[in-house]
Amino acid sequence: MNNEEPPIFTYSQPGKIGANLPAAGVETTPLPAELLRQDDLAGFPELTEPEVIRHFTRISQRNYSIDTGFYPLGSCTMKYNPKLHEEAARLPGFAAAHPLQDESLSQGALQLMYELQTYLGEISGFDAVSLQPAAGAQGELTGILVFRAYHHDRGDTQRTEVLVPDSAHGTNPATAAMVGLKVIELKSDARGNVDLDDLKAKLSPRTAGMMLTNPNTLGLFEEHIVEICRLVHEAGGLMYGDGANFNAILGIAKPGELGFDFMHYNLHKTFTTPHGGGGPGSGAVGCTAELAPYLPGPRVRRRDDGKYEFFTPEKSIGRMKSFHGNFGMLVRAWTYIRSMGAAGLRAVSEAAVLNANYVRVMLKDIYPQAIDRICMHEVVLRGQIAGAPKDVRTLDIAKRLIDYGFHPPTIYFPLIVPEALMIEPTETESKQTLDRFIATMRQIAGEAVETPEVLHTAPTKAPVRRLDEVRAARQPILRYDAKAIEQLQTAS
Amino acid sequence: MTHYIPITDADRQEMLKAIGVERIEDLFVDVPASHRFPPLDLPPPLSEPELMAELNRLSELNAHARRYSIFLGAGTYNHFVPAAVDQILRRGEFYTAYTPYQPEISQGTLQAIFEYQSLICALTGMEIANASHYDGATALAEAAIMALNVLRNRRKIVVARGVHPQYRAVLRTYLQGLDVEIVGDETPGSSIADALARVDDQTALLIVQNPDFLGRLHDLRGLGAQVQARGALLAVHFDPIALGLFQTPAEAGADIATGEGQSLGLGLAFGGPYLGIFTTRQKYVHKIAGRIVGVTKDIDGRMAYVLTLRAREQDIRRERATSNICTNQGLMALASAVYMSLMGKRGMRMVAEVTYQRAHYAAKRINALPGYRVLADQPFFREFVVQCPRPVAEINAALREQGIIGGYDLSADEPQLGDAMLVAVTEMNTPAEINRLVEVLAAI
Repeated sequence: MNNEEPPIFTYSQPGKIGANLPAAGVETTPLPAELLRQDDLAGFPELTEPEVIRHFTRISQRNYSIDTGFYPLGSCTMKYNPKLHEEAARLPGFAAAHPLQDESLSQGALQLMYELQTYLGEISGFDAVSLQPAAGAQGELTGILVFRAYHHDRGDTQRTEVLVPDSAHGTNPATAAMVGLKVIELKSDARGNVDLDDLKAKLSPRTAGMMLTNPNTLGLFEEHIVEICRLVHEAGGLMYGDGANFNAILGIAKPGELGFDFMHYNLHKTFTTPHGGGGPGSGAVGCTAELAPYLPGPRVRRRDDGKYEFFTPEKSIGRMKSFHGNFGMLVRAWTYIRSMGAAGLRAVSEAAVLNANYVRVMLKDIYPQAIDRICMHEVVLRGQIAGAPKDVRTLDIAKRLIDYGFHPPTIYFPLIVPEALMIEPTETESKQTLDRFIATMRQIAGEAVETPEVLHTAPTKAPVRRLDEVRAARQPILRYDAKAIEQLQTAS
Repeated sequence: MTHYIPITDADRQEMLKAIGVERIEDLFVDVPASHRFPPLDLPPPLSEPELMAELNRLSELNAHARRYSIFLGAGTYNHFVPAAVDQILRRGEFYTAYTPYQPEISQGTLQAIFEYQSLICALTGMEIANASHYDGATALAEAAIMALNVLRNRRKIVVARGVHPQYRAVLRTYLQGLDVEIVGDETPGSSIADALARVDDQTALLIVQNPDFLGRLHDLRGLGAQVQARGALLAVHFDPIALGLFQTPAEAGADIATGEGQSLGLGLAFGGPYLGIFTTRQKYVHKIAGRIVGVTKDIDGRMAYVLTLRAREQDIRRERATSNICTNQGLMALASAVYMSLMGKRGMRMVAEVTYQRAHYAAKRINALPGYRVLADQPFFREFVVQCPRPVAEINAALREQGIIGGYDLSADEPQLGDAMLVAVTEMNTPAEINRLVEVLAAI
């Protein structure tokens, strides 16, 4: 894993090729000379297939992954990605079907999409689902566009504000801004809930809606959720549910029944589709019957004759992307739901919450819990160890975990918790793994007091050590340039 | 316990005891009692062999490239995917990793994205590329948002008719909440010159596509300078396979160039996941959305890769971010990097050339059929418009009977063309397959 691997461009030798391609085999037509590119693809590498495979295999070994270890990255739900799903998505009728082929030739894909819409609606208590959004952030954009369209459709054009708790993911305020709406931040109270007085003070005829993650980013179930939804509705606003933490409440609670009007599902979190090193995701959305006419198309419906067809809702906000969503992710999510069933999904959330609470009680005497409550699927602790020097920070604890073979938790988030360590074990982990992690965290706390320098210099066992991120930003090298890289290597 | 959950009953009892509660249900007391533990009406769970059988059944209800000849494109193409691409994608070290926030243990993903950015720059001639967007359509919408952020007092986007109709739709979806006017594509059959004429002192961006939605290649040299002379930016939506042979967006003088990366080794996949390619000029690096990977050193002086210029992003800047994008299409960027590395300089050119030659062969043969006419007044690359003697829906229904998926029916998007079909031909359509298409068309 520690082997350095040079950029692929350094292997290039003129004349090599890594693919075995067919010849045209037809009478040729002259190329339009004036339209040809002038540079002969300068800078493109030339390698054979074995060289390409070895290069990418070697760099893959410089990655940490769920398949190689515990990945308690809070808010990201790094759970196991079942191998069956990879086979399923690669079946030719899914992987080699054209999205615009006639619906009569796509009935299997449409049936799968229709069933997934139905399952997701059932699990969350919503009447309608659109599978189109490509990621959670795009699901959020979809929802806020739908809120805007709904209000405008009723002639209610003064609703220009979106309420967002101070504990929210950054995508929430960024989304509201993309739709041209104003973000109004809400305070959290001492128990980690939305501060109801602050909410009441900020609700107004300008409120388009509120975006809320539940369980929230402190890993806590919002204790006043029903009242919050009621207050927002009374003010004429709509409730958006950020489904990033949905893994905590499968079969435990349905957001649609709690009072949410709209939510996105991160199929790449809760429903096991792989994170892929940063995508592709899938941010399917669900909503009430009242908002269904505004959903993006195409959605799938079942006709009276039992055939499936695409349709676009009558007042749709439009398309969010080309074609029908990240279909390969939909196949994986469908497969997951069908292999777990209702009881299995509830068992997932129960185990995820059990694991997080176990880590919580085993560590909170050393790493203070941000808010001392029973948590849901993740726990937020503070990297403030009694007796350790002040300059031992959460970052150091995170980097030291790497030396012990663990991926660090999410750090410095949520922003309202100083030195936050956000730990989400997921249901994937065994008690043995958790015990090993707990023991390591306690050991690191001891090191923080006795040998703090080992934390400051960690990691030492990773492929590279701490990076000069300031240099990366001040003297950006954003593409391969042999000269720039040589200069970097010789610079002090 | 299921086969995915490794907590035993004994473990559970011990853990509950440590937590200080009796039953697992006690962990959920914060959920309002009246809404706690709702029944889920889902089908009973299936075992792996049962599930695979059901998945196979659904899969085989679909037509696919292994059973049908596909002459349908319209934004996604049946290009060759070398087996080596999927072997790399199947590595758990890549596909079960998260966004590389911890660079010390994410060098694999980071290096792959850096190489992707570098390959895309070489392919397009553009100065910088980001780590990707969801697909070509959303990359283009983000281009419009970037232009509006660069030219803050300009509130108009001009988009040429030749841009894919779904992309124009996505552009309108994305911008509907902002006070922005989108013009230029209203008139069927209108040209890039018509769109250029709409660029005025209120315009932030002109968007063109090359080859355009109808497959036509345009000589865009000088277009950037003309647009920039009016104070606006130029975005060119390109086709990565066409760039194996043809003019780059940089040669057009583009300020932003976007593309759909699907043809770079991703397969058809019934519409996704695909890959949104985004490139621009170095000087706009602080204005672009999404992740960017750069190079630096670690404290021992070793070269290393890292996400950089992060102050633009939503998790740091929140409502002042350049976009709300968080996840990109990391694994798809990797797939395209493997594809481009395998192809190399020669392979990229060969794929483009075989595609071009076979498309032109098909066009010539179809044009010779009585009642069929290929519109070829302009050079084209892989797709071409065929005017047909009867409605395209009827022709396609007849082709289906013969195991052929015919071209895209243009009657809804470009009604002025009459009964017109957009036919796509790639290096996957053998000469024998093309001859068969011609025979079947002749017999309809």
